[in-house]
Amino acid sequence: MTTYGADILDRVKERFGQAGAPVEHAILVLAFAPGEIGAAARALRDEFGFELLLDVTAVDWPDRDPRFDVVWHFYATRNRVRVRVKTAVALSDPVVPSLTALYGSAAIMERECHDMYGIGFEGNADLRPILLYEGFVGHPLRKDYPKRQEQPLVPYREEAKP
Amino acid sequence: MNAPGPVIRNPVRPAFDKASRDDTVIVSIGPSHPATHGTIQIFAELDGERILRADVHCGYLHRGFEKECEDHTWHNLIPYVDRLNYCSPLINDFAYCEAVEKLMGIEITRRAVVLRTLLSEYSRLCDHITCIAASLMELGAMTAFLYLVMIRDYMYEHIADLTGARVTHSYGRIGGLARDLPEGWLKRLEEILVQSDDFLGRVHGLVDRNRIFIDRLRDVGVISQSDALSYGYTGPILRSTGLPVDLRKDTPYLAYAELDFEVPVGIKGDNYDRYYVRMCEIDESIHMIRQCVDLLEPGPLNVDDRRCVFPEKTRVYDEIESLINHFKIVMEGPRVPAGEVYSAHEGPNGELGFYLVSTGGGTPWKVHCRAPSFVHMGGAHRMLEGGQLADLVPTFGMINMIGGECDR
Repeated sequence: MTTYGADILDRVKERFGQAGAPVEHAILVLAFAPGEIGAAARALRDEFGFELLLDVTAVDWPDRDPRFDVVWHFYATRNRVRVRVKTAVALSDPVVPSLTALYGSAAIMERECHDMYGIGFEGNADLRPILLYEGFVGHPLRKDYPKRQEQPLVPYREEAKP
Repeated sequence: MNAPGPVIRNPVRPAFDKASRDDTVIVSIGPSHPATHGTIQIFAELDGERILRADVHCGYLHRGFEKECEDHTWHNLIPYVDRLNYCSPLINDFAYCEAVEKLMGIEITRRAVVLRTLLSEYSRLCDHITCIAASLMELGAMTAFLYLVMIRDYMYEHIADLTGARVTHSYGRIGGLARDLPEGWLKRLEEILVQSDDFLGRVHGLVDRNRIFIDRLRDVGVISQSDALSYGYTGPILRSTGLPVDLRKDTPYLAYAELDFEVPVGIKGDNYDRYYVRMCEIDESIHMIRQCVDLLEPGPLNVDDRRCVFPEKTRVYDEIESLINHFKIVMEGPRVPAGEVYSAHEGPNGELGFYLVSTGGGTPWKVHCRAPSFVHMGGAHRMLEGGQLADLVPTFGMINMIGGECDR
């Protein structure tokens, strides 16, 4: 598959001082410390035209410390290039900055990631469950989630009293 | 009730539970509402008939797709992938298979490439027809609905001839496709295309310049281009705002680089534009299917790769090596080299991406689906707020939220 805009990707690498960043299957992979995410996303959007935040998710590596990788995918519609941004956070403090101030799409995707992995997004005040429900116990996509665990049920609504 | 944990009063907590003024009222619409196809709940604060604020909740169809995938071999989860966007399952199949093939470094055969392209467009055709038919019916256009659904049913049965199932086809395979075209399939395809051209023309005639229809859709559910980008919109909704972003054109995959087609765009990003973009894409899809038929040449369907492609059944019964091969693929799954990949196809509703992480085993470490419908729900309140309550129905119809892929 052709890699579009290879020169853009070179400039992105240079900008973040990650000359050795790999391009995996036509996607540039950048790694940052959790604190740098906000500034990196702002630079990607404003300097390189990555207008679309496509995806926010996490990967759980239970035997590793720090345990979680949080993963963002960006797409630049004009240059037609993609970037994957990764950061590692520990179980003891699984918090990364929220991108809601930069991208509207971050709000709902961060809620999903919080549901599934218990990752906190600092600056996103609305981390209510979106795919799960109020009262769901645990974070199902963590590898140590007990699959046979029963979840509290929502009781039938009482009949409306006259 | 002997389940653990506290008693849950309500499965969702609306973003607002007090009216902002004393002459407004908060209503809950859904999750089971006849006019919103899909189980979705909307809390809306109404000033008379006007929506002031909206809070959209999805998740009622969540069935743990991603968790379930981690317990299945790379092959065995293909039927689950089908059930994401159940209006165009073939596109899901092919997007997923291509992601796995990228990890394995497999280049599929020419015939599989062309056939996947053809079937992707056929699926897109079905999806757009379903979306438009349902949206028109919700506005009262029963004739147009019946025309389109009749055509769609011909298509479903035609695809069932090939795949064995009307809706959940499970037809993609890692390294190729499940089976080759049956006798006479392409002839019937052309008949259906001619017929759908005819009926689509009638729908154009009934609807495009119909006063009632224009009044309901023009300037309703408007989203600006900058908002659409910010909210991660892709597909027909982004194109309806005038931005020609289409992965088939921008970063061509499968055989799209060889096809001649246009990327239709709208003017102002309202419901009418979304209707029209979809109708134009239907025409483009029909054009592309015909080109694919011309490109189709005889040849092998699956790659010759014993890591993932099943051996022929006759050989499984005759030779011990093929029997073992078959057993290994079924029981242990294809060994996919460690690594991660994000691969996206242009789905009917937008960018359908699969983010896969492999640790080298027969089952995936992680399968994440970037579902366009889910991301679209994140910005749906922007289209609803300021509009009439009754406009919720066409706006929702034209977003085309598919519960299967939204809630996963």
